[in-house]
Amino acid sequence: MSPELVAALAKTGLWVFALLQVAPVMLWLERRAPAFMQDRLGPNRVGPLGLLQGIADAVKFIFKEDVIPAGADKALYLLAPALALVPALTTFLVLPFGPTVEIAGHRTALVVVDSDAGILLFLALASLGVYSLVLAGWSSNNKWSLIGSIRATAQMISYELALTTAVVCALVPAASMNLSAVVDYQRAHVWQFLTQPIGFFVFLVASFAETNRLPFDLPEAESELVAGYHTEYGSMRFAMFFMGEYMSMTTLSALGVTLYFGGWSLPFVDFSQFSGLVQALLGFGVIMAKVAFCLFFFIWVRWTFPRFRYDQLMRLGWKVLLPLALLQFVVTAALTVGGVL
Amino acid sequence: MEAAVFAVFAATALGSAIAVVAHRNPVYSTMSLVLTLLSTAVLFVLLGSPFLAALQVLLYTGAILVLFLFVIMLLNVGRERRLPGPVPAQTWVAGIGAVVLFGATARLLLEAQGGRTTAPLSEEFVATRSLAELLFSTYLLPFEVIALLLLVAVVAATWVARRPSADEEKTP
Repeated sequence: MSPELVAALAKTGLWVFALLQVAPVMLWLERRAPAFMQDRLGPNRVGPLGLLQGIADAVKFIFKEDVIPAGADKALYLLAPALALVPALTTFLVLPFGPTVEIAGHRTALVVVDSDAGILLFLALASLGVYSLVLAGWSSNNKWSLIGSIRATAQMISYELALTTAVVCALVPAASMNLSAVVDYQRAHVWQFLTQPIGFFVFLVASFAETNRLPFDLPEAESELVAGYHTEYGSMRFAMFFMGEYMSMTTLSALGVTLYFGGWSLPFVDFSQFSGLVQALLGFGVIMAKVAFCLFFFIWVRWTFPRFRYDQLMRLGWKVLLPLALLQFVVTAALTVGGVL
Repeated sequence: MEAAVFAVFAATALGSAIAVVAHRNPVYSTMSLVLTLLSTAVLFVLLGSPFLAALQVLLYTGAILVLFLFVIMLLNVGRERRLPGPVPAQTWVAGIGAVVLFGATARLLLEAQGGRTTAPLSEEFVATRSLAELLFSTYLLPFEVIALLLLVAVVAATWVARRPSADEEKTP
């Protein structure tokens, strides 16, 4: 095997390993954290602090009966949960977790795909996520599921627009679509959430809508639609939607961290004194620590805000967030041309 | 390696393109079209333009085809029914179109066989930065005209979808 292939496999393996750990940890955190917010205990019987609850849940998912509804379109019904993992397991490819370093005599960039179209690849692969929701709802042959799917389509297309515009703003000062350049720009100047507060706000709100998290979880609103698009799913297939949601939250958080919070870098700390391998692990650790905070923020918001109504959601997306993102674009472009940023 | 990747994805693109027209269920047809577009995106990467590939996936599979599915589900289009016989005009138009397309492709193939090939894609057209520079300098006018065209389409769509005003509702 060529050294390039080994390096690519090692970097991919690091990401996949980290992403697979997210689901069980989040499963635990999503029960314990709100329990403390509401002055309850939450699940604390399985293992110390209830930490092994995730394993108990996984065992339960695996041994549950896998039911396919009689009226379902079998092929698409089986395909949909698998598609839920596609954006989660591909988008990390363009996210950098360190500079170009030398490991075992080979120079390698600490990002799997170092492309000038990097951010476009991220957005393109992330936009495929909606297929799993749409097909799940349609193939289940269930009215609640279908309504959930139709909501998901309109919601994700609408918020993708605001999200993309906010992302474009974040690329302007670095003058590159390569995310490594965006991180380098922030290392040389300041973290971008300080210079682009409006764009960051739009990105933040839109990422909740893109991952179908409360307060925008209308595709699965349990008080109106039973469980929305995954009403008919059980056992491991339901768990795959669950994992897909948590992994998408992780990769989207990692993108937000890269664009607005300096990615793998820390202010006033210089990693370049260490060897290549240490730099890679440090960079990955830093980005994961920042992502961990973002994931906690997702949970925090979920247990703080009530769900939006559907017309409110659409109005917010088209009439508030998109104009705000465009305003940020004009401001950022003017400041960049004026030499301020 | 490259030839193998090309073979796999070219075959997928062709096979799924046939499925788009041959399948009776509109949802399956749309999903086949998704597969066709994804495979051609891979071919774009092989030609050295990840930018074009990303745009194709982002715009066509990520947005336009999702709206196709949206409309199919909203209208609840069922399985396609076989008509008693083909519509004569349709057969003629399809036949002429197929002949023209076949002729054009055959000519291209023959020319390539005879050693005459088109110029390879230069780095200038492929790299994201130089492509952007070309769009905003040499091709600025066509670029802006297309933007204007899209704006007209958006305005028209908004007009069609608007709520009729009170006095319009009274007069049928």
